[in-house]
Parts: sequence; C-alpha cells; structure tokens
Amino acid sequence: MALWLRKSLKTINNFKSMMGMINHSSSSPSPSFNQNLRNPPVIFIDSPTYFSSHRYESTRAEKQSDSVYGSHCHAQVMDFPGGKIMFSPVMRFISESTQERVHCYQVLDDNGNPITGSNYVQVSEEVALKMYSNMVTLQIMDTIFYEAQRQGRISFYATTIGEEAINIASAAALTIDDFVFPQYREPGVLLWRGFTLQEFANQCFSNKADYGKGRQMPIHYVSKRHNYFTVASTIATQIPHAVGAAYSMKMDKKGACAVTYFGDGGTSEGDFHAALNFAAVREVPVIFICRNNGWAISTPTSDQFRSDGIVVKGKAYGVRSIRVDGNDALAMYSAVHAARSMAISENKPILIEALTYRVGHHSTSDDSTKYRPIEEIEWFKVVRDPVTRFRKWIENRGWWNGKLESELRNTVKEELLDAIQVAEKVEKPTIAELFTDVYDVSPSNLRDQEKFLRETIKRHPQDYPSDVPL
Amino acid sequence: MPLFILLLEDKEKSWSKCNLCKRERRKMWGVIRQKMSTGSSSVLVLGQRIRPAACAFRNYSSPAKEINVREALNSALDEEMSADPTVFLMGEEVGEYQGAYKISKGLLDKYGPERVLDTPITEAGFTGIGVGAAYHGLKPVVEFMTFNFSMQAIDHIINSAAKSNYMSAGQLSVPIVFRGPNGAAAGVGAQHSQCYASWYASCPGLKVVAPYSSEDARGLLKAAIRDPDPVVVLENELLYGESFPVSAEVLDSSFCLPIGKAKIEREGKDVTITAFSKMVGYAIKAAEILAKEGISAEVINLRSIRPLDRATINASVRKTNRLVTVEEGFPQHGVGAEICTSVIEDSFGYLDAPVERIAGADVPMPYAANLERLAVPQIEDIVRAAKRACYRAESVASTA
Ligand SMILES: Cc1ncc(C[n+]2csc(CCOP(=O)(O)OP(=O)(O)O)c2C)c(N)n1
Ligand SMILES: [Mg+2]
Repeated sequence: MALWLRKSLKTINNFKSMMGMINHSSSSPSPSFNQNLRNPPVIFIDSPTYFSSHRYESTRAEKQSDSVYGSHCHAQVMDFPGGKIMFSPVMRFISESTQERVHCYQVLDDNGNPITGSNYVQVSEEVALKMYSNMVTLQIMDTIFYEAQRQGRISFYATTIGEEAINIASAAALTIDDFVFPQYREPGVLLWRGFTLQEFANQCFSNKADYGKGRQMPIHYVSKRHNYFTVASTIATQIPHAVGAAYSMKMDKKGACAVTYFGDGGTSEGDFHAALNFAAVREVPVIFICRNNGWAISTPTSDQFRSDGIVVKGKAYGVRSIRVDGNDALAMYSAVHAARSMAISENKPILIEALTYRVGHHSTSDDSTKYRPIEEIEWFKVVRDPVTRFRKWIENRGWWNGKLESELRNTVKEELLDAIQVAEKVEKPTIAELFTDVYDVSPSNLRDQEKFLRETIKRHPQDYPSDVPL
Repeated sequence: MPLFILLLEDKEKSWSKCNLCKRERRKMWGVIRQKMSTGSSSVLVLGQRIRPAACAFRNYSSPAKEINVREALNSALDEEMSADPTVFLMGEEVGEYQGAYKISKGLLDKYGPERVLDTPITEAGFTGIGVGAAYHGLKPVVEFMTFNFSMQAIDHIINSAAKSNYMSAGQLSVPIVFRGPNGAAAGVGAQHSQCYASWYASCPGLKVVAPYSSEDARGLLKAAIRDPDPVVVLENELLYGESFPVSAEVLDSSFCLPIGKAKIEREGKDVTITAFSKMVGYAIKAAEILAKEGISAEVINLRSIRPLDRATINASVRKTNRLVTVEEGFPQHGVGAEICTSVIEDSFGYLDAPVERIAGADVPMPYAANLERLAVPQIEDIVRAAKRACYRAESVASTA
C-alpha cells in the first residue's frame, strides 16, 4: 500500500513539473532534425573512402545542441554507412537522461490565453465551435454510457475523459481520407468524422444496426465509411497495421496518410518498435499519436519505461517527433496539422507524444482509487481539464457564452438518452448473420445448420429470444 | 438451446452413416477384442518421456476444509517461493495490483519487488527475459493477464523455452512456468476468449497442465514450479472463485501432483467422459444426471494435457467401451481429436460406439451472452452425447 502511494506521488510530481510549470518564456530550441539519413552519400563497397578516415576539413562545423563532442573540432571523421562520424579522444558515454526533459509544445495556458510568442495554425470560428461541441459531446457520451454500464444495460465501457482534446483536435486536423488505426480511447475521432450518437449507441448495445453485427465488446467501434478500423483488444497491434496501410497509401500516391493512436503502455510492446523502425526505413506517410496519460491500468509510466517519455524514442528510430500538451486543443490541432503535411509531402513518419491524463478509471472493470491518490485525479480533472481550457479561449474570442453552453449540453444529453433508448429497442442482428462472414460462399454444413435452426425455431418459438429477427 | 441441439443433431446425422460401417467393423473386431480383453494396459505405448518432477504421487483421502482455486494458486506460489529463493513471479500488474485476478495477493509485500516483478506491457519481452533467467539458474513464473496475450510471446515459449533442452543436448534446462487464465471468460469477445490447450500441447518439449479443482491447482502449480522443464499452466478465470474441499494432505506444503497423470473423478462402467479445467465440473454434473437415468459414467479429469495420460484413458475405455471427450476449445485438431486417436490406436477393438467429441463451436467467440453460451459446451450437451454413445439418444422429435 505504502509502496504504490509513494510511486504515485512521484508520478504526480513528474506530471506537474512536466505539464504545469514549464517556463514558457525560455525559447525552446529550434527543432534540430537529424541530418537526412535517407540519402547518405553513396558508398560502394570497394570505394576507397569506405571506412577510411581523414582530417575533418571544416572547423566551423555546426555545433549541435545535443552534441557531446562539440569542442573537438580537429577530430578525424569517418565515412560510415549513414553518414560521416567524427572520432573523439574522449571516452564519454551518452547519458541515459538529459538535465532538461524535452519541451512540450503548448499554445494555450491553463486559462485559455495564448502564450506570447506561440505559433499555431489558425482555427476558424466554425471549426473551433465544432471542436468544442464535439469535446462536450464526447464528455456527455462518456458520462451517460458509463452510467448505462453501471445500470447493467451494457456489459463494458471505457471513458475518454481528460483526453478529449487529443481525440477531437487531432481528428480536426486530419481529413476523412486519412486512415485511422485506433486503440480504444479515441472515439472522438469517429465522432468528428460524423459517426452519430445513435451509431455509437448501436455498437454499445450490440444491436442489428451495429456495423460489427454485435460481435465485439462495447467501444470496439468500426466504420469503413469513416476509414476507421476495428478497435482491437490486443494492445499495440494497430501500430504496425498503420505502417502497412501507409506503405500501401504511398504506393497509391493518395495524398493521404495513416494515423494510429496508442497509449503509453502500448509503447512497450514490440509492435510499437517494429512499426517505428519500419516506417522510418520505408519512408511512409504515417502519424503515430501516443496518448501518454500516465497510466496503463495500474502501471504508472515509471514502471513502463525510463526514457524521457516516448518522444525521444522517435529520434532513436530516425522518426521526426514532437511532444505536445495533449490537454491543449490548439497545440494538438497545430501539431497534427503540421505532422500531416510533412508526412504526406515528404513521405515521412511523424511521432507525436501528447501529454495528458486518464481522468477516468481504466474501464468499468477497474477502480483506480485503489492504486492512485484521489488528489492526483482531481488535480488533472479540475486544473488541467482540456475542455474548460478550450472553452475559455473561445469565450475570450466572443464565440461562446453561458447560454450557448447550457443549450449545447441539454441538446446533447437529450439526444444521447434518446439514442440509448432507441438502441436498446432495436432488434439484435438477424439469425442469418450467425452464418456469415467466415466463408465467402457458405459451405453445405453451415447451410444445413441454418435450415435446421430455422425449422427448430419454427417448432419451438417460445424458446427463441424475441429480439432476434429471423 | 435450439442452436446447440441443431449442431449436435446435425453431427448425429453424419455419425449415423458412419455407424453402419462401424457396426460392421465391430463384428470383425469382436474376435480380436476377446483376445485382447485380458485387461492388461501394457499394450499402450506412452510415446512421451516424462521427466521426473520433484514429487511422487500419493493417494490422499482425508477430508478437511474448503478453499477456492484462487487461494490454492496463491498458496502454491507462496509456498514454492518461500521454499526456493530462485523462484520469482513476473508479469503485468502482478505486484502492486496483486494480479489482474488477484492470484498474487500479498506476495509483493512478502517477497519484495526483486521477486515479484511488475513488467511493462511487453509479453514477448518478459517471456524472453524469463527464459533467459531460467537458462541462468532462476525459476521464473510468468503470468499472462490471459493466455490470449501469450500469442505475442509464443515464439519464446515454443522456439526458446520448449526446444533449448533438446538443442543443447541436455546441457540447458529451462525451468520456467507460464501461467494465467485460459479459455472463455464471460462477455469479453473473440480476442479474450480462446482455449490454447491444443496449441501448446502440440509442441514437444513443453508440458501442459490444466487444473480444475483447488487440489489440482495447488498440486499442479507446485509440480510445474518444481519441474526442470517449461510448463504451461492453463487456469480458468471462472474457476478462480470456486471452492472445493481439500484434505489436510493437500494443504501440506509438501503436496504436489505428478505431471502426466490424470485423475478419475468419478468411477463408472458405461461410458468414459474425459475433460479438463472447467469442463471437469460440467462432466461431473452430467454424470450425476446420467446416473439418474441408469447410465454410469466414468469422469476422467485429464489434469495434464501433455504428457497425456493415455494409459488411464485407454484403461477406462476398455472398461466402458464408450468415450465422450469434452473441451472448450475449437474442435478441429483439438485435445479431443488427440484423445480419440489414442483410443483408436490402442483400444479400437474395445469401442462399442463412435467416439463423441464435444467442443467449442468452430467460430470466434461471439460477444453476445446467449451466443457465447451456445459456443461453449454445456452440461446437457455432454449428457446427450453420452446417451448417444450408449445408444440411448432420444429421438429427434422429443429432444428438439
Ligand atoms: C497484448 C495485451 N496485453 C495486455 C492487455 C491488457 N491491457 C488492456 S489495456 C492495458 C493498458 C494499456 O495502457 P495504455 O496503452 O497506456 O492505454 P490507456 O488505457 O492508458 O489509454 C492492458 C495492459 C491487452 N489488452 N493486450
Ligand atoms: Mg496509458
């Protein structure tokens, strides 16, 4: 008990220093992208320069901010696959950590005011209002579906509370042609793309109108129309899938990219590492969006990795990366917007680490107060709520007010309660669906079974559930 | 239940065709059978090497208190960790959270974070690390949140753990345990609800056990930990909370069960029912129903899927002349198929009826609760199959 509390408090402190107390006036280092490793000087195996070293000519080499050998300008260099490497007489190990953690890109402060000097992509009133109302909708949807699970009307649910900005702002910066490979905490992307509340409810209630035909657990949404792939229960499997799809999109020259979302926990799976590496080597248009929300069920990030979060892993794989305040909708929007245009125009993978917090329990099967202090949850819920912050911004601009707010909340609530009631009444998928989607053409044994089943039901209608149409 | 009736009767139809030719053959075999029916099981070939585990089988009987399967597993882990400082537990959320299903409750406090390791979500990683630790003298117990997630790590289980002893010509042994809930839970859909018994049991070099009761859980997990080879322990989430009476001997810290030995849970003379894990309970209930109708069923709790206790199964079939195999996994290439083959190979002449195989439906697990129920065997399915084997099946009209 004492142990986990200690650990949790450590985490909260990390988070506070990471998210709340960044000194914004300090000019962040200009993004120092690695030299282009894609096109190393062509070296033939029998070339005399291969592995040969020579005096480094220029003494005015650009001093890289992260160079550990900066002062040894007379060192020899070697042509090595991947580019020139400088020799150094100093035996120095690269530190496992840096004194200062990678900065976090932010546009709005906690009060919804743009930070002086922040550069961001302009958002029109129309888009801003859609973003805001989607974030509110997502919040209300979570509250109502969560409640429905507690009442036993659906079997399972997981909320996205605290991560609304990542969901909605990233979706807003993409286009519908970009293929989405989600984890399970990004229903907002689907909402942005026009999946209706009724459609969400249909999936959670596994009725006839559910596009997954009731075959998946709640929240495992899928919509081909919205280029949104089926949520997989198995952590991180979607990450390499996105890279594969991006490879195909590159071949097709579609002018679109693949986007995949995953949690901090997901980055421990081999799939994450294989995906980043492959994406870099194959040069494919894919955006990796990691929601670093501090927890993977009860595992804090300190038990998940010891690197400076996820953003630094991108560099190790040769993937351009940025750390973003995931509770800042404008920062998220701008970062994803820029990432998308780089991904598509340069055929490059981009990694975005969005810092956020899982305000809700992991899922309806979890009680997170057992392993993290309530003050930690409250702090993120109250002080760092992404929805409130964005609301302040649109209010400051005169685009929003209390009256519109209560109208919006009332309408969405009504719409949702309605959707749930409808979804509950809609029949289950038809009996014929029991026999579809494994074989292209139904084999004779399945046809026989179906025929027999129908005869049995005819003989014993009272034993057959009334909400499953024949 | 209309769907399952359908599946079984459909099967019955196709069987009845076979029955004709089978009956012909039975006549033929009758002669041979008489010659063989001296009851000796020495004709059975146990094609598997059973390395000695550090325990011997004793027959315990004295009744005592009840414990549930969770407590049985927890106490087995606790005792083995306390007895052997090289044993350690590793997996997602096994420490501070005490396991997704609380199997490791209290162990972190007792043994500390050096021996109860919370891992990152990297099944392939921590399984490989476990195998390495086993190469080098430790005895890891690797917990999978569910065996479904062991799919990420199966390379290390099959290609690293199972084969190293053979490939190193016996120089390396891999004393590791892979454990966690296997098979269908409730309402968690296709990606969380699969039985991997036949997957792991098909690989030489692995031992695979599947406990049913608290006695099984304690005895088999302890045996697995003490075993010098990799052992896969397939638990069942739905059994964790179930209580069973256990004797004082079972509760003794020296208690252990032999891997490779089945248990006859209930003796009978008319039909043999084999099962493992949760299905043992179903088979016992089915036997109780059958008893009321005058059919005496012998229930074999396999306990070990590999090595498979072919001797016990065949001896039973030679006595009852009828066999029903029960498992939750998919039917094709399943445990039932293997048992059936073993009986065909060793005791064909003793069979008086086609072997009945009861298995999960040949579909990914449906999410819908009613379909989920229909996709895994139910007690009544076992009862019907046993009656068919005894030629006591009711007519289609009366069952349907
Ligand atoms: C391969 C696999 N291993 C384990 C799990 C169990 N599991 C489900 S969610 C989860 C935590 C994921 O955490 P994270 O990636 O940080 O996402 P978050 O829930 O925080 O959004 C785990 C371990 C799983 N579903 N799949
Ligand atoms: Mg997380």
